[in-house]
Amino acid sequence: MRSFDYHCATNPAEALSIAGAAPARYLGGGTNLVDLMRQNIEAPAALVDVSRLPAVIEETPNGGLLIGAAVRNNVVAAHPSVRTRYPVLSRALLAGASAQIRNMATVGGNILQRTRCAYFYDAAGSHCNKREPGSGCDAIGGFNRYHAIFGASEHCIATHPSDMCVALAALDAVVHVKGPGGERDVPLLDLHRLPGDRPDIETVLQPGELITGVALSPSAAAAHSAYRKVRDRSSYAFALISVAAGLEVVDGRIADIRIALGGVAAKPWRALRAEEMLLGTDPAKERFLAALDAELAAAKTFDGNAFKVELAKRTVAAVLCELAGVNP
Amino acid sequence: MAIVINGTEYPLPDDPRVSLLDLLREQLQLTGTKLGCNQGGCGACTVIVDGARVLSCLTLAVQADGREVRTIEGMVAADGGLHPLQQAFIEHDGFQCGYCTPGQICSAIAMVAEYRRGDPSYVTADLAEGPKGTTRQEIRERMSGNLCRCGAHNGIVDAIEELLAGEAP
Ligand SMILES: Cc1cc2nc3c(=O)[nH]c(=O)nc-3n(C[C@H](O)[C@H](O)[C@H](O)COP(=O)(O)OP(=O)(O)OC[C@H]3O[C@@H](n4cnc5c(N)ncnc54)[C@H](O)[C@@H]3O)c2cc1C
Ligand code: FES
Ligand code: FES
Repeated sequence: MRSFDYHCATNPAEALSIAGAAPARYLGGGTNLVDLMRQNIEAPAALVDVSRLPAVIEETPNGGLLIGAAVRNNVVAAHPSVRTRYPVLSRALLAGASAQIRNMATVGGNILQRTRCAYFYDAAGSHCNKREPGSGCDAIGGFNRYHAIFGASEHCIATHPSDMCVALAALDAVVHVKGPGGERDVPLLDLHRLPGDRPDIETVLQPGELITGVALSPSAAAAHSAYRKVRDRSSYAFALISVAAGLEVVDGRIADIRIALGGVAAKPWRALRAEEMLLGTDPAKERFLAALDAELAAAKTFDGNAFKVELAKRTVAAVLCELAGVNP
Repeated sequence: MAIVINGTEYPLPDDPRVSLLDLLREQLQLTGTKLGCNQGGCGACTVIVDGARVLSCLTLAVQADGREVRTIEGMVAADGGLHPLQQAFIEHDGFQCGYCTPGQICSAIAMVAEYRRGDPSYVTADLAEGPKGTTRQEIRERMSGNLCRCGAHNGIVDAIEELLAGEAP
């Protein structure tokens, strides 16, 4: 690991001013960044520890929740209001990593964690445009079981590995950001970028911008929601695909529906096309499958991950059937 | 800058690159905590910081400033004997080579507290209600962050089940 300066910030303004003075990276639980620094994939000159910034979960005036960026993943998952009003978020967090890692990982760090593509990690032996722009992508034509079927480019087919973000995408969460130029709100769905020809630029955040929290709005679909993750072993493994969904049925018709997929793109993938087709219809398995067919028609697969299309379709349909209480 | 490890205060290293694991093992000779993968994938380095189980390999020692750390060396009973869970590991063959054992024990002790608090896990059917009873499925899911290369998992689950059954709810 290269040497670096370490600073611990006690409030966001202090974090911003230290980060502004030295080109620095923020440090949450360190479960991703420390690992990448140890492997010399990342080598920041300074770290500003933001894991001790106020870590609270507050009620908001519109009946939603504001979750501080420094709140640990396990604390969010176990929070009574999250469990009852946003079960998809609780379950998604509990599906991720291990209890030890969830006790360390922060909300801000989880959002900005980097891909687990094996070629990205293999600095000594592999080409990766995300790690070293212009060097090539060994995942294309390589081992791509875990890679993207949506939104990839000829330069990169890596996926974003977060479970939490898939739930946040389904919930239309809004990320609060503070930077040298002031504060702004970024919808979670607009925060991560697709790779295009710059897979090394992963989000719309500018250098020095600090995530301060995530806001959730209340809804019936959020309260009636679920998360399901399919993986190569039943726990402590990244997703092959995962599904976050919420459903509100009024008088036998779908009044609100949210479907987001994980493990399929460089960002959490909202299945807007399928949602649009299902809104207003009465819930039935055949209709779910047809809507998913339409959504997945845009998928582009590789040798190792073609199975994801059928897997995604069946998993979403199963989750929606469960939420709707119809025969799977 | 200082941390408290098993009740004793120690200064923190000057170099922020030192992990909590390296501080324990290389600088303080507290070698009960084990180094496995050094990248978050095995749980051998699990210790308890301010009551929460964490991975010492991914914790920078400076991040533990002012915190209380409990390691396997701090698990002995008041009379100097084994912790009840250590005894249960012996009785249920919860290990072979023993390399993962300190991490398993630290992890399980903190896990029991999470369970008692009613924290849900991925396999908890009703998130709002929390876990019902102590099923093997719940124990396995909650202990999935600790791998055992010797495959002693069944004995480990047996030992934890005994500890949970013996404790007042
Ligand atoms: C073995 C293993 C298995 C895992 N399995 C899963 C899994 O199944 N599912 C899953 O979702 N995740 C999994 N993870 C990843 C884990 O969830 C992330 O490492 C964690 O969420 C990152 O949070 P952190 O606070 O530790 O981030 P850090 O490592 O501290 O930081 C990550 C990034 O975020 C930036 N950052 C942190 N906080 C802020 C902030 N407030 N503002 C701006 N930038 C910030 C940092 O600069 C860095 O770039 C796994 C990790 C490991 C090691
Ligand atoms: S050594 Fe820390 S998780 Fe393997
Ligand atoms: S007892 Fe040998 S690794 Fe677990």
